Amino acid sequence: MAKKQTDPFVFTKEMKKDYKLLIPNMATVQFKLLTTVLNKAGFNVEVLHNGGKQVADTGLKYVHNDTCYPALLVIGQMIDALNSGKYDLKKTALMISQTGGGCRASNYLYLLKKALVKAGYPNIPVMPLNFADILGGEGAKVSLFEYRKGLIATCYGDLLVLLRNQIRPYEIQKGESDKLLDSWVKRLQKMFYADKGYSMKEIRSNFKIIADEFAKIKVNRVPKVKVGIVGEIYVKFCPLGNNNLEDFLATQDCEVMMPGLLGFMMYCVENSIITYELYGGSKLTYQIYKIVDKYLAKIDMAMIDAVSAHPEFTAPSPFHEMKDMSNGIIGHGCKMGEGWLLTSEMVELCEKGYNNIICAQPFGCLPNHVCGKGMIRKISETHPNANIVPIDYDPGASRVNQENRIKLMLSIAKEQLDKQNTEISAEKELQTV
Amino acid sequence: MIKIGLDIGSTTLKCAVLDENNNLIYSKYERHFSRIAEKAAKVLSEMDEELKLSDPCALCISGSAGMGLAENLGITFVQEVYATRLAVKRLLPQTDVVIELGGEDAKILFIDKESSGGLEVRMNGTCAGGTGAFIDQMATLLNISPDEMNECAKNYEKIYTIASRCGVFAKTDIQPLINQGAKKSDISISIFDAVVNQTIGGLAQGRPIEGNVVYLGGPMTFFSELRKRFDHRLKTTGICPENSLYFVAMGAAFSADSSKPVIIADVIDDISGYSARGNYASCPPLFKSEDDYKEFSERHGKTVVDTIDPKEDPEKLYLGVDSGSTTVKAVAIDENENIVFSEYLTNKGNPVTAVKNFLEKLYNRYPTSKIYGSTATGYGEELVKNAFNLDFGIVETIAHFTAAKKFDPKVDFIIDIGGQDIKCFKIRNGAIDNIFLNEACSSGCGSFLQTFASALGYTAEEFAKMALKADNPVDLGSRCTVFMNSSVKQAQKDGATVENISAGLAVSVVKNALYKVIRCADASQLGEHIVVQGGTFLNDAVLRAFENEIGRNVERPSIAGLMGAYGAALYSKSRALNSSTTLTLDGLKTFSHEAKTVVCQGCENHCRLTVNTFDGGRRFIGGNRCEKPITNKSSSQENNLWAFKRELLASYISPKGVRGKIGMPFGLNMYELRPFWNEFFTSLGFEVVFSNPSSRKMFVHAQQTIPSDTVCYPAKLIHGHVQQLIEDGIDTIFYPCMSYNLDDGLGVNHYNCPVVAYYPEVIGANMPSVKKIRYIYDYVGIDMPKFFPEKMTKILEKYFDGISLSEVKTAADKAYKAYHEHIEKIRAEGLRLMMLAEEKNLPVIVLCGRPYHLDPEVNHGIDGLVAGFGAVVLSEESVSYLTSPPEVHVLNQWTYHSRLYNAAEFVAERKNYNLVQLVSFGCGVDAITTDEVRRILESNGKIYTQLKIDEINNLGAVKIRMRSLFAVLDEEKGDK
Repeated sequence: MAKKQTDPFVFTKEMKKDYKLLIPNMATVQFKLLTTVLNKAGFNVEVLHNGGKQVADTGLKYVHNDTCYPALLVIGQMIDALNSGKYDLKKTALMISQTGGGCRASNYLYLLKKALVKAGYPNIPVMPLNFADILGGEGAKVSLFEYRKGLIATCYGDLLVLLRNQIRPYEIQKGESDKLLDSWVKRLQKMFYADKGYSMKEIRSNFKIIADEFAKIKVNRVPKVKVGIVGEIYVKFCPLGNNNLEDFLATQDCEVMMPGLLGFMMYCVENSIITYELYGGSKLTYQIYKIVDKYLAKIDMAMIDAVSAHPEFTAPSPFHEMKDMSNGIIGHGCKMGEGWLLTSEMVELCEKGYNNIICAQPFGCLPNHVCGKGMIRKISETHPNANIVPIDYDPGASRVNQENRIKLMLSIAKEQLDKQNTEISAEKELQTV
Repeated sequence: MIKIGLDIGSTTLKCAVLDENNNLIYSKYERHFSRIAEKAAKVLSEMDEELKLSDPCALCISGSAGMGLAENLGITFVQEVYATRLAVKRLLPQTDVVIELGGEDAKILFIDKESSGGLEVRMNGTCAGGTGAFIDQMATLLNISPDEMNECAKNYEKIYTIASRCGVFAKTDIQPLINQGAKKSDISISIFDAVVNQTIGGLAQGRPIEGNVVYLGGPMTFFSELRKRFDHRLKTTGICPENSLYFVAMGAAFSADSSKPVIIADVIDDISGYSARGNYASCPPLFKSEDDYKEFSERHGKTVVDTIDPKEDPEKLYLGVDSGSTTVKAVAIDENENIVFSEYLTNKGNPVTAVKNFLEKLYNRYPTSKIYGSTATGYGEELVKNAFNLDFGIVETIAHFTAAKKFDPKVDFIIDIGGQDIKCFKIRNGAIDNIFLNEACSSGCGSFLQTFASALGYTAEEFAKMALKADNPVDLGSRCTVFMNSSVKQAQKDGATVENISAGLAVSVVKNALYKVIRCADASQLGEHIVVQGGTFLNDAVLRAFENEIGRNVERPSIAGLMGAYGAALYSKSRALNSSTTLTLDGLKTFSHEAKTVVCQGCENHCRLTVNTFDGGRRFIGGNRCEKPITNKSSSQENNLWAFKRELLASYISPKGVRGKIGMPFGLNMYELRPFWNEFFTSLGFEVVFSNPSSRKMFVHAQQTIPSDTVCYPAKLIHGHVQQLIEDGIDTIFYPCMSYNLDDGLGVNHYNCPVVAYYPEVIGANMPSVKKIRYIYDYVGIDMPKFFPEKMTKILEKYFDGISLSEVKTAADKAYKAYHEHIEKIRAEGLRLMMLAEEKNLPVIVLCGRPYHLDPEVNHGIDGLVAGFGAVVLSEESVSYLTSPPEVHVLNQWTYHSRLYNAAEFVAERKNYNLVQLVSFGCGVDAITTDEVRRILESNGKIYTQLKIDEINNLGAVKIRMRSLFAVLDEEKGDK
């Protein structure tokens, strides 16, 4: 084992009282809700939205330039915030989520600490948000209960985004779905402050109300190109990471489906189960993960039930069904980064009619060599309609290049759509005859 | 209705007009030099003048640079690949595959026909940008026009291997070829060949290119030899149809919407009045005010070194020649170290001629002077030294330092930006303390500025001057010149002026140097007495950008471009010879130079050597990776643990087995696990067949099945290994996925990196040939011997009958034993070599990397090169167990990588020991390890040396790096 070191960055329990915790944005809606849960738990969290060129520049300055783009952006964003003068540096700390596993993303926390020293902020405490530290480690903790609440909050966010995305391109009154989403975010925040909305019963009933309300929005369902977005979790979700991909697609008149965060969380749990099955290990941990998995599957099903109550919505497949969709394409032992989940999501999107797919990844993303770019060919073999374009994001990659490639994908999508429409209208004609 | 298509690409603008019957009635092709709106208006006006289009027409724009224009003016836009497909389907319905090369894009289209597979379009990823522009850039380098290059290529004799990953890499290979004296005809054809490899390797991705192949786009139209290379590679005869330049434009015309007709005169008005948004990402201007500029130019005007023009011939002259990548710098100094004669020449593809001219001029200028010493340095050092019988050759880093020291004795930091390289040295206590050299990816910044200037129609000086007036410089990023290129494209689209582009390029070059090469976070790290030099710093914009970026004034010698040569001249003088062997004027009269290419048969590397023969039988051989072709001796292997490991690994072979053959690709982690699996399967009664050692040929053979062109080279090689096994008739291949590696106990976990762990998945999904065999790539955990046999038995049950658990248990025991014995042998040999080093007082280099860096095709013979310097070469695992893990500020969780930290710690504690880290291009994990290894070494006063390796075959930069390191070490020794 490595030598033990005392960590000068620890965010202690005492700091919890009067420190502001800055956390970089990722999935905007989900993070809003997550913040509420953390603040209710006694933290004072602020999600960072500072953007612009100086964020990436700051990242480039303090992080090894060959490190993945999300690390550059996230760390750049945090240091840029510290530089901004907006925060009392004696009472400011940073929060960074930390995934484990063999991907180099597991090193973000360390890269951040290094960068802080380099940038002249050796005394800014850092609080990692990870599951591994729940039991051990020093410093302030997010309890297991709070993690559960955070997770549920994220699921609410997933549902809101899913429904909003399926309405927005078709709504008659422009802006209505966004307005409903915003109002729900506020209602949920209120609910979380009252410590409500977390029981399975409440979840089910809230999910249903949400879906019902979205279903009431008046729409004009003209056929539009349906685009799925998958990829490395940060560039997939974060507008800062993907050059406002969702907005760009909206200007191109597309409907967007972005598989949610719950899937990723279930994937993480599932991996521990698979690892045991593949290689052996502790049976007890295996059984604990099995229980967690079951619980998550319940929430997953609650969401699907709520959505599929309205036939005009496309509900995601249950997690375990989605997982099996990549059987025969990629092994489920492939667990670094987004691993087999990414492949499964692409297949699922193809089967749900979102076969025009943008696979977003940071330039040189290691796991994506395998589970993203590496699997496109095999997916096309079983799903000939798959129209997948991998897009690299990077501080040096130009937007025009990215948009040009996306436009090519969209041209083909448009052609397929037109073809379907003519076929459908031809069929209709036949029927009337 | 008349239909007009306008195709605005990255460098050119094409216009096609179709009549009612879709006949092409007008076409025009022109370079737009980034003045897109202006040129578009002009082209349309000329067209209108000729065709007199008063009736409404349909208009459609295509091309990446036309996107902005179309959007802003509300003109229909069609994506260019899509346009191509439309045109091809209409005009050449028999087509199966289209290969289209443009200014900066390469595309392959598989056309959807009933008979063939579905439609697939492939565009190059951002990393492989630059094909037409790349050819232009290369032609400029050779000092010929692209057309001449095509002519030249017709008379080729040999094709050199040039890296095909991207333009920057290829350039890194070509530059030294030029310096070695390779023929232009051979280089020209090699460039075309590289384009072919890049296109097919990068884009085909496993789908065979068959049937009717059509070639489109500028480069394909203009370069017959390029088409021939494609024909050769595809074993077909593709057609380059009439109007091959205009397919995108015609496709755009076909897409033009007749329901939205326009009056062409109105459109011309609109475009003329169109002012681009100008809201591109930008950086602050170089100068805030006029005064600012005045202060700057006055300050730098003062910095002058003594250059004199004596009336009388000096008695003694000392020469220094710096033969760089694109330029030759030559200096003659007198007894007082004043420059009495100097030249700064572009080498125009042949440094020998340039130096010859210099010498002739020098002799004519000072007919009575005598030369008392001459020194060559730079890329072309050996060629020039041999050609003209110069007295010495020194490594360029030392030459630059010598010059800077003379200029400012207190200098503590030198940065030199030349055409190809960026070099920085930190000076401590009067000696070079640390050296930073750019890696391939940030190569070519300097010459990029020059090439870019001429592409836009300016000289380098004009271009630099324009930058000073820029009010809003474009932010172009700092990754590499290919990326800058496409950022420029974006900026052009957004209406950036040439001034702002020029300034933006200057800032980019500087950022590249600071943040990629030096990796500095703030200026105080650099030093107080900073001397900047190299031809690129003669560009005031670059100088200013540098000062702005580090927030400190620096000194630029007026002879900034000559510093290497000046340092070499000072070196000549310091050696105080009684006479020089340098060719005299008479000698120059009979001077002759001939270059021939041969393939070295000395070993399996089969280097292409350039044999330069001069009058009087002087010879110089370039392109070699070892001393064998020159001295006829193989380089010393007895001091080289890497060579020992290679032999040891090759010894693990298995006898014929009752259960048949199992093939395994000999790459990536098999470079360490070969003894394990060999023993395991042998014990189970299989004959284990490992694939042959890697070769370039093997790589190219299966290159088209690689789905991700940015993955590391060692991973790409696996495709070739698997293919070879299959073609050798192996019908079972075992290549397991392994999330976890064996645990050395040095870190908190023992992962493999994602690529090593899961590359078997990529092979399974992308190599059509594995479908025909039994390909076993299950997930296997060898880190837990307790569970391994049972899990492995289950896996084997799926493929073979009658392998029992007890058999597997025995096999596993043997396999673990074999693995540990293997490691023990390496450690024992390592200890022996350490003793040897101590006995003989030899320097020790711990050459670190991954097990698979042992592959000669991956390391290109670096271990032999280092051993050739007389050093003892060790490997990371031969020392990592000898020390306890150091404190690290990263998550230490990968088995192979944990060894690096330990090796660094081990080296840090030992005199005479140094560490050199090999890093594969594209290795994501090494972005984390390198900083940490560096920190461990530097905090103990050691020099950190990193060598980035990829497909690039040329060891030129590596040699400089290693020679510099040894020069510094020698100096240190001398001091003590």
